[in-house]
Amino acid sequence: MSGHGSESGGHQAGSTGLFVTVWVVLAAVTGIEVLLGYMQLVPVTMLTILVLLSVFKAGLIIGYFMHMKFERFSLFLALIPPTLFCIMMICIFFFPDSLRILTLGTAQGLK
Amino acid sequence: MHETTKEAPAGGLWSGGVAPLGTSSKKLGMWLFIVSDTLTFSAILLAYSYLRLANPDWPRPFDFYPAIIKSTGMTLVLLMSSLTMVLGVAAAHRNDRKATVKWLLATAACGATFVILHMTEWVTLFHEGYTPWSNPEGVPLFGATFFGTTGLHMLHVSIGVLYLLFIATGISRNKFTADDVEVSGLYWHFVDLVWMFVFPMIYLMSIKLR
Repeated sequence: MSGHGSESGGHQAGSTGLFVTVWVVLAAVTGIEVLLGYMQLVPVTMLTILVLLSVFKAGLIIGYFMHMKFERFSLFLALIPPTLFCIMMICIFFFPDSLRILTLGTAQGLK
Repeated sequence: MHETTKEAPAGGLWSGGVAPLGTSSKKLGMWLFIVSDTLTFSAILLAYSYLRLANPDWPRPFDFYPAIIKSTGMTLVLLMSSLTMVLGVAAAHRNDRKATVKWLLATAACGATFVILHMTEWVTLFHEGYTPWSNPEGVPLFGATFFGTTGLHMLHVSIGVLYLLFIATGISRNKFTADDVEVSGLYWHFVDLVWMFVFPMIYLMSIKLR
């Protein structure tokens, strides 16, 4: 573990207070999501807002709870951009139909 | 590629050895698993989104009580388990084995609570006629996507609970290190992360309207 020793200090970065703060933000965003669920929005708008809020929550979980913020930047570069690229590819493989997701349901009212 | 010794490379960030990218091999292995699992859930949730938006008659079976109250509670329980996990990892890095085991058990208890609540939620749906293959609205895709996605997530939580109990046992017997706790923590936080997508996309998108 000699090569790892220099990193172990980094793993302990972040105090309990910081983690509790992140937790409170995550719980608050969850509350906002539940309230949004009761607003009668067009499904595609609703799904877009909910997914964006979830991406924000995922960022907080990865950054703080999963310690990514305290790791070497190269680990982030090796893991996150390729994953996002692959998710984009899932969408791109269904072009042009993947764009239809933006119009699906909008003509069908509040269902 | 050049030869590497068993020891960590002196300064080469990309040279592999025991700490590629400044990370232990176990941890990198877990991260790679998480990446692959992310793609699995991404594909599932993307397909679900498409079906959900394309179908104007998508069932909306979730009443405020019990479904939304219960699923919100489940979300908070899972979030709480992430906090206890973080505290467990911190305790492991302090070499405080007793506290580590305590926090790991608390995390596993939260996970078990989540699974039990989720099971009761499923049973309620079964009684209302929502099964994986049929429902009163006649949209079997709802059952397929709902039970498929939440079932796969529940499987992850259940495996996670067993994993945490395994690690807690190992820590109490002095067989595992802080690194093992941290790796199990990565898995657990990922399970929490997936639910942060499943809950709004599946439950909140199908709230029963008055």
